[in-house]
Amino acid sequence: MLNRRRLLQTAAGGGAFLGLSSLTPAWARTAAEGNLGIPALSGTEYDLTVGEFPVRINGRAGMAVGVNGTIPSPLIRFTEGEEITLNVTNTLKETTSIHWHGLLVPFHMDGVPGVSFPGIKPGETFQYKYSVPQYGTYWYHSHSGLQEPLGMYGPMIIDPKGTDPVKYDREYVIVISDWTFTHPMKLFRKLKSMADGFNFQKRTLPDFMKDAKKNGFGATMKQRAEWNRMRMAQTEISDITGATYTYLINGRGTEDNWNGVFTPGERVRLRIINAASMSMFNIRIPGLPMTIVQADGLNVRPLEVDEFQMAVAETYDVIIEPKEAKAFAFVAESIDRSGQVVATFGPRPGMRASVPSLRKKPLLTMKDMGMDHSSMDMSGGDMEGMDHSTMDHSQMDMSGDMSGMDHSKMDMGKMDMGHRKVLEKKIKRGPGVVNIAEMPVSRLHEAGIGLENVGHRTLKYADLRSLEPNPDTREPEREIVLHLTSNMERYMWSFNGEKFTHVYDPIKFYEGERVRLTLINNTMMPHPIHLHGMFFDVVIPDNVSSIGGSKTHKPRKHTMIVKPGEKQSWDISADHVGDWAFHCHLFFHMLAGMFQVVSLLPKDESNTARKIDHSKMDHSKVKMNMDDMEEVDHSKMDHSKMNHENIGGMSK
Amino acid sequence: MNILKQTLLVSCITFLAATNTALAQDANDPHAGHNMAKADTVETETNETKTPEATDKPWSMADKYWGAEAMAKARAHEIETMGGLKTSFIIADRLETQITDGEDTFIWDAQGWYGTDTNKLWIKTEGKYSFADNAIDDAEIQALWSRPIARFWDVQAGLRYDFEPKGRTHLVLGVQGLAPYWFEVDAAAFLSNKGDLTSSVEAEYDFFLNQRLILQPRGSLKFSAQDIPELGIGAGFTKLNMGLRLRYEFKRELAPYIGASWQRSLGETAQIVRAGGGTPDKVKLVIGVRAWY
Repeated sequence: MLNRRRLLQTAAGGGAFLGLSSLTPAWARTAAEGNLGIPALSGTEYDLTVGEFPVRINGRAGMAVGVNGTIPSPLIRFTEGEEITLNVTNTLKETTSIHWHGLLVPFHMDGVPGVSFPGIKPGETFQYKYSVPQYGTYWYHSHSGLQEPLGMYGPMIIDPKGTDPVKYDREYVIVISDWTFTHPMKLFRKLKSMADGFNFQKRTLPDFMKDAKKNGFGATMKQRAEWNRMRMAQTEISDITGATYTYLINGRGTEDNWNGVFTPGERVRLRIINAASMSMFNIRIPGLPMTIVQADGLNVRPLEVDEFQMAVAETYDVIIEPKEAKAFAFVAESIDRSGQVVATFGPRPGMRASVPSLRKKPLLTMKDMGMDHSSMDMSGGDMEGMDHSTMDHSQMDMSGDMSGMDHSKMDMGKMDMGHRKVLEKKIKRGPGVVNIAEMPVSRLHEAGIGLENVGHRTLKYADLRSLEPNPDTREPEREIVLHLTSNMERYMWSFNGEKFTHVYDPIKFYEGERVRLTLINNTMMPHPIHLHGMFFDVVIPDNVSSIGGSKTHKPRKHTMIVKPGEKQSWDISADHVGDWAFHCHLFFHMLAGMFQVVSLLPKDESNTARKIDHSKMDHSKVKMNMDDMEEVDHSKMDHSKMNHENIGGMSK
Repeated sequence: MNILKQTLLVSCITFLAATNTALAQDANDPHAGHNMAKADTVETETNETKTPEATDKPWSMADKYWGAEAMAKARAHEIETMGGLKTSFIIADRLETQITDGEDTFIWDAQGWYGTDTNKLWIKTEGKYSFADNAIDDAEIQALWSRPIARFWDVQAGLRYDFEPKGRTHLVLGVQGLAPYWFEVDAAAFLSNKGDLTSSVEAEYDFFLNQRLILQPRGSLKFSAQDIPELGIGAGFTKLNMGLRLRYEFKRELAPYIGASWQRSLGETAQIVRAGGGTPDKVKLVIGVRAWY
């Protein structure tokens, strides 16, 4: 195996003669600079130096913080199960850290200062050493200070020990990020004092008149008054917008045109990572469908879409099969449509695809406030995202068995409680909590803001299915409900109305238990919520997806968008003991307090803790009404009909 | 001039009435009750049980790898940082020249704060310089402690000192925040060291004509509980000030503007002005800049 350390040094040394490309690691270079798809090199020892360095973005000079002097940081690639060593040297004047996003490392190697380790002091070299039982596309970033928004993020690929079920002829890493020449602390100060100061898409008097002409003065007045009375803006979709950010693909803005090559007919694998600090994107390649094969590093049943929304910190691997020898635009458009970044895939190096114009700006609706009473109708909505060819129809048996149940008479709020105990803190409106969603609903069947009527196939979380069967299909015995809360005006963000500063107790998981974490988003913004140290199974209710729910092939993720007004549940097998960070991955939401610690307590300790819990529990309130359903489910499920072997052209 | 005056009068009355309604509505927001009722019926089995040990040691599993002391330090830093950062803000809402026949003045109206979400030191200053007299006619500064009491409202308490006229010191108690429909409101009562009780309320609103061109109506009303002869103030409402400013935000932080301001002394105070040979009623052209950092 090639020693990666030597390779990195060579790349850095040779770079001096290559001009601009010296600022770019080999994998992130364009085809014009010789990157014809990344080779499957891997190493087991890496030297990573964290420091400050100059960068040039769309022709303008700035200062960045990162690893080995490049944005993005070097690619770290190794093989599943291998022990790797990463020597991280801090040349900054402040503490640094590297968190391995999505990796199941021992918790003291997770890289979160104050939670998993003390951080890496200036001048210190810290050695990370671990092996992980997983493969796929991941990434790493700083978890200290303001280093991540300043450029400290890079991709990781873990190759499978055995055969990869995804077949491809060529692969690229696509790291999408946001860059600004304004210092992050200044951005944060501005958000704290004038939270809407980045929005140049506000509703104006002419907008009002246009709407009044269309819908009538009275109706328009009433509609505006409804929002304005609550002091909420329909256009507050991204806190920081394209007016401030330059969006980047592999460190390049649209002008700098990152480009990759393909031979027509090839299967090209794109490992897409959203490493932005505050920006979510809608990803599309006009004229070229994408087949999603992996989400957050874990394989999913191939799902062909034309566009998908991507949260900060998520990763998606897609296969494209361009047949025509022409330039295709890879477009990452920010969800508020205030900006975009475009890269090119073409048959020859250096091609430049034509850049599509930004589409119409989306607006928030009452549903985003958790107040849309009509949304109780949870029929799957549009079916355009379904790809029947890749669907495992054997799953349908389950929904068949459930058909005797009368969903209409069920109280959705209580249904999930079953006989497990539910831990939920009451939240009250106040300075940190502007809104409490009256009627939060599942929104897993929605593609995300702005993608409602795009007229082509979009990804809905509810359509994602794990390729492999879930390792644990137990029903959770305990449920923890967490509220996502905010005051946009004061720029306060928190869980359960309590900023991290005011939190004394971690969220407790107990080793060996199966626990459900339910998130209710009371804010007007989609949040990419990330749990360190473990994958969670996304609970897809039967009635929310057009292809039914799943008990055995739930998508397993490390980061999920929780939409405004949404109630979303994750089932977790608590087996990775440690203290783990849990937070919103929008950088400034985390900095404002939307951060918590999950303590997964080992068995011996958890026994004591449980005793204490029981003594204070009021069992009289435990609901037993859904017992019947649990039994029906399991006894009548026909697992034998499930087919995991040959799905959609993939082979194991 | 008369038409302008009348327009301003009508708009000022509408504006203050709207602010008033807005404030009243905030107090009994129908959704407030609704939501509270909902929150109360959520079926919770138990709240997070806080055992004494857990509260003393929030999470500490990493201690055995890296040492309790190093971890405690790092933990304290993270807890302090995420949600507890102190930030600052300075805004000069109005830096403007007010032009009327022979009585041009320059006024400043600025405020700023430093602190966390829960506790802020809030400084406000306002004053007037007369070009004709080459002197500062009015100048005051307030130092307040500001604390949020409701979703959009801060209560503020502290001291005000008047440099001009006559060095009075006041105790200040006020509220500042955002009324429904996005009215920015600042209301305060002042008790001076001479025992005078006065109050003022200010409100402003932004109409976005486009993404950078903003029309801002603004009004303020002052009240005195007693006659203050040495300041030429009579008991009752003393002064009404209405303005309409059109600004262009080159950056959100920097916007020059042009507008009109109508100032009227009211009731007994107006009579005192008249008796002194002044006009209780003035319309001024204003040119200025709004800036914040």
